[in-house]
Formats: sequence, C-alpha cells, structure tokens
Amino acid sequence: MASLSRRMFIAGAALCGLLASGAHAADTVKIGLILPMTGPFASTGRQVDAGVRAFMALNGDTVAGKKIEVVLRDDAGTADQTRRIAQELVVKDGANILMGFGLTPLALSVAPVLGQAKVPAIITSATTSVITQKSEYFVRTSMAGPQSAVPVATWAAKNGLKRVVTLVSDYGPGIDIEKGFTDQFKKDGGEILEAVRVPLQNPDFAPFLQRVRDTKPDAVFVFVPSGVGSIFMKQFVERGLRDAGIKLIATGDVTDDDLLNGMGDAALGVITGHFYSANHDSPENKAFVAQVRKANNNMRPNFMSVGGYDAMALAYAALKKTNGDIDGTKLVEAMKGMSWVSPRGPITIDPKTRDIVQDIYMREVKKVDGELYNVEFATFPKVRDPNTP
Amino acid sequence: MSAPHSQIAAAFLRRKAAWTPLEAGLWCLALAAAFLFPSQQLLLSEIAILALFALSLDLIVGYAGILSLGHAAFFGVGAYTAGLFSLHVSAEPLTGLAVSAVVAGLLGLATSFLVLRGSDLTRLMTTFGVSMLLAEGANQAAWLTGGADGLSGILLEPIAGTFEFDLWGRTGYLYCLAVLFILLLVARRIVHSPFGLSLKAIKRNSRRAAMLGIAPNRRIVIIYTISALYAGMAGALLTQTTSFVSPDVLAFHRSADVLLVLVLGGVGYLYGGIVGAVIFTLLRAWLSVVTPQYWMFWIGLILVALVVIGRDRLHPARAIALVRSRLPGRAGEKAVPLSEDSR
Repeated sequence: MASLSRRMFIAGAALCGLLASGAHAADTVKIGLILPMTGPFASTGRQVDAGVRAFMALNGDTVAGKKIEVVLRDDAGTADQTRRIAQELVVKDGANILMGFGLTPLALSVAPVLGQAKVPAIITSATTSVITQKSEYFVRTSMAGPQSAVPVATWAAKNGLKRVVTLVSDYGPGIDIEKGFTDQFKKDGGEILEAVRVPLQNPDFAPFLQRVRDTKPDAVFVFVPSGVGSIFMKQFVERGLRDAGIKLIATGDVTDDDLLNGMGDAALGVITGHFYSANHDSPENKAFVAQVRKANNNMRPNFMSVGGYDAMALAYAALKKTNGDIDGTKLVEAMKGMSWVSPRGPITIDPKTRDIVQDIYMREVKKVDGELYNVEFATFPKVRDPNTP
Repeated sequence: MSAPHSQIAAAFLRRKAAWTPLEAGLWCLALAAAFLFPSQQLLLSEIAILALFALSLDLIVGYAGILSLGHAAFFGVGAYTAGLFSLHVSAEPLTGLAVSAVVAGLLGLATSFLVLRGSDLTRLMTTFGVSMLLAEGANQAAWLTGGADGLSGILLEPIAGTFEFDLWGRTGYLYCLAVLFILLLVARRIVHSPFGLSLKAIKRNSRRAAMLGIAPNRRIVIIYTISALYAGMAGALLTQTTSFVSPDVLAFHRSADVLLVLVLGGVGYLYGGIVGAVIFTLLRAWLSVVTPQYWMFWIGLILVALVVIGRDRLHPARAIALVRSRLPGRAGEKAVPLSEDSR
C-alpha cells in the first residue's frame, strides 16, 4: 500500500507540474502546433516545424503587442492522440490557435473540439477537399484536394500525351487526385487507359508497373504521398518504363524537394505540377530557403515546410488585423479573404471556403548547380479546389 | 471426505478473491483523480481505456495462456460499431457500448476456434492475421467506415440522459472509470471462480487438465469470447470519448502496445493492465512533451531497463508477497490449502 501510494504521489506531482506549466500571461498568444514528429510521417512534422520556426526567425516573435509562443506536440500520426492533444492544448494550455495536422483523419478528428472551443485551426499539410467543410474554424495553407493534379491534366493533353494510365495511392487524397485528374483530362480530350490504385502501406509498385507497361500508354500519371516517391522512382526505372518511352507525369509529392536529390539521375526529366519548388525565383523564397537551411543543418525546405511558414504568416496577419484580439471567431473572420505573397508565390484564402487559392506551376526535374531541382516552366494562376466550386 | 475438501477449496477461492486494502486504495485514488486533476481528464480517460483493453488481454494471456498479437481486432470492431451505431441508429452511449460489446464478442466467438489449434506461434500468427484482415477491410469498405479518413461527425447524447460529455472530459473519465470498475468486478468474479481456476490449470498444462476432466477447448472459447467483449467495450469507450474513429484503431501498433502495457504491469493478476497503462501513458505523455522528436528513444530505453532490472523488484504487490513469503509463519499457512488440494 505504502509504496503504491508513493508512486501515485509521484505521478500526481508530475501531473501537477504539467498543470502548472499551463498558466500563461494575457499578453501571450499561444499557438498549439500538432504534428507527427515520430512514426512514418515524421518527415512531414520535421518540415512543417522548420517552416514555422523559419517564419518566426525572419519576422520576430511579437505581433500587435502580443508575444507569440509555439507549443509543439507529437501525435505520432494517430488520430485519437491528435484529438486528445488538441483538447488538452485548448483547455489546459490555453492555446488560442491550433496548427499542423499531418494527415486528413488527424485533422478531421479535431473538428468537434474546434466547434466547442471556438478556436481556429490552420491546416499545414492535410489536403483532402472535405476537411474545411467539417468545421467553421478550419483554414488551410497547404493545398486543397486535387489542386495540383488538374493543371497537369491540361498540360498533358496540350502536349500530345493523349493516352494515360493513372496510378495513385489508395486513400482519401489519392482518390481525390485521381478524380480531379481524370475529369479534367477527359474534358481536354485525353483517354484514361487504366486507373491503378496501390495500397498506402508498404507499397511495392513492381506488379502495378508491369501492368502499366503492358498497356503501352503515352504517359503514366502518378500520385503517391511524400516519402514514397523515391521508392516509386527507383522501381519505375528498374522496370524499364522509361526505356519503353513512357513519360512520367505526377503531382509534386513524387519529386518532393526533401528527397529529390537522393533519387539521383533517375528523376531527371520528370514533369510535375505543384504549388511549391525550393527553386522558385523570388526574394521571399530565397530568404525562406536560406533561413531553413541555416537553422536545420542545410535541409532543403519542401512544400510541407512552406505550408507551416504560411500558417504562421496567416496567424500573424490575422492577429494584426484584429489588433491582438484573440477571440477565435474574430480571428477566423480576419483570415477570410487574406492575400499575401508567400515563398511559393501569391496566395489567397477563399473567404467562402476558408481554403487556399494559389498558383500551380509545371516543373521539370533538372540539375541546377549540381543539385536536382524542380524547375518551373509554366504557371497556372489562381487555381482553386476543383472539388468545391 | 469430499465435503471438507470442497469446503477447503471454496475457502481457498474466497480467500483469493478477498479485497485487499491496496486494491481499495487504488480505486479511491482513481476516483479522486477526477477531482484532483481537472486539467488531466483526457489523459486519465486514455489510461482507463488502455487499462480496460489490457485487462481484456490479461484474461486470455494471463489466465488461459493464449498469446495474441491481434487483440486490436476486437478493440477496433468495438470502436467502429460504437461509431456506426451512434451515427445511424441511436446516439445513446450506454446502448452503443452494449451493442459494441455484443458485436466484438460475436467476432471473438467466431475466431476463437482458430486459436484452439496449434501452439503459441500459430496463435500469434492467426490472431495477427485476423486483425490485419479487419484493418484492410476497414480501409477498403469506405462506404461503411469512411476508409482512411475515418468516421467523423459522431455526436453523443448525455449518458443516461443527464451527464453530458464536456470539453474538459470529466464526464468521459468518470464514464470510462465506471465501466472499467464494473468490468473488473466481473473479471474478478470470473477468475476467482472454479472456472477461472480451471483456466489456470489449462494454462499450466492443457493435456494434464484434460485428463483431470477439464475440457480445455470449451473453456478457451468462453474466455476468448469474454476477452473480445471486453476489448470491444474499450474500443467503444475510445469512440465515445473522442467522437471519432479511424482505421488506426485496428492498427498493429495497438495490439503491440497493449501487450507491452500488460507485460510492463505484470501478467495474470488483473491489475497488471491497470498498472501498466498508468505507467505507459504517463511516461509517454510526459516524455512526448519534454522531447516531441525523441520520446520514443527514451521510452524504449526505460522499457528495456525495466525488464532488465526485473519488474518483480519494482512492483509493490510482488514485493509485499516476496517479503511475506520470507516470513516463515505466513508462508507455511499459505501452503496448506494448496497441498491438500493436490491429493
């Protein structure tokens, strides 16, 4: 008995310690940043976190007289953890804004909390169209559904790629993108020979690629989540698809800036459509890339990172507009219709859907100064989520 | 001759089933926690749910000797059932809990025949296989389960029409705690009954148990079903307190975590799951706040250290038992009924 209650006492003391750390001053604005920092999606967490910190390093930690404090928590990519952490950040730590959410289910799980607590949540990574409809308090700075896929379809149809096989990872965003690409491609007069879906977990593309090869298309359109791209690229070359003259077109997730260099020359010439390239030529982007490289051991920022950066930019701008008022409903109102120039280019938050409207670039993988980059060659301005007109 | 023997046996079982002050204290603390730590209710709910899940695993691992690497199958089915039930039938939590228990129990009954065959290794593989099948099924059946995006929009009515689920999570915690307490009482009753004792006999040596007239298969089917029922309720509690379900409830890491929790707390005395869940969840919560990127390293290190040092030396109940057994009088007294039992 004695030793058990002692253990309980220690546990209790630990809990009290956590509780005490929740107290905060009124002139601080707390931003709860919930990301997968461990597990299979840890690279997402690392990149978003780097983007958030880069923004603070470049823009200071005070806005409208308030000191900004970011509290980072790891949800390991597990939805019930995300939900618990979000709720704790709100009720215990007094977070005024939530941020992060690596995957769609993780974002969806916090929707009920947002409504009850009236706290805005800025999505830095999850992309499924449906998310922003699930709560009035969701605002997105990553990408909306098949935003990046639709311009690829238009471009392909215009450039003589008429017979295409699609290959996507079999989960929410993959299916969104498959639909977005297919609809646009058919409208532009293309033909989809086959739609292949590969499992999200532990993908082995070999059998699927063999099937693709046998149908002899002009090109194969691919979406796989960031991180899986390098495995895909390797197998694409190994299976001889490139030698068979099949062109590879994809969303930018496949040639993720973070991993592109590791893919080697196999990636050269791949055409992708996406909202961000670390090679984007603008002063905003140069400063951003330099800051992320400096603070993170020369890591190259990717599209996840810029999502985190812009989430902070949006939070700062909203606080400036409300003059430091931290009322959640007012903050969301302030965020609606906000426009600014991000490292990726000009972006706007659609006042109606609270979703992002941005330019989508067509890029080709090329060598720049000995490193592989997605080099932008065409721009589709102000693209919205094709799933929510 | 048989009358005194059955009396001795009954007295032995009663003595084993008696409440200890340690147990009572634990429950008082658990109840007090609802009021002492108002900002930690969500963490406490998580502990209660994990404890219930581990308790369900203890019933088959600790009492029937069936190792399972796929216990999340029942947890997940319970979680999905609770979610679907509240979305499509009724948002009343208690009915949802009961329905989830029944569905998970039925699945347990159906799959229990698989674990009757083969040895430990075969069982590990079959249980693992069943949970993988269900996980992929939940992922594919998007029309029912929402696929990888999960089920959202679950709203629950107040429990019994009066206690509403609040943002702070106290209702949720008390609800989980009450369910855990009631199910633990039932589990105590089960394991301290002649049925429970016969399970232990099967665990030690199932062939010998069969020769003594204990039918192992039937008993394993029963306890496996009960265990599945418990796990289903734990899953239902998770859905009801978080109002969200994703395929993650069926993921392998859940089966692995719960086995870890059980091993951490100790197998085969019902409270192992609870102790393990408290330690595991607090460690994880604390470390992941201190170091969001590297907490898994520390938790791994601590777990290895715990196993190497030996849990027996750290565990209060075991430590007390160890001290007691060294006191000659009490040790002798304890040995009497056992020696008479084994004629």
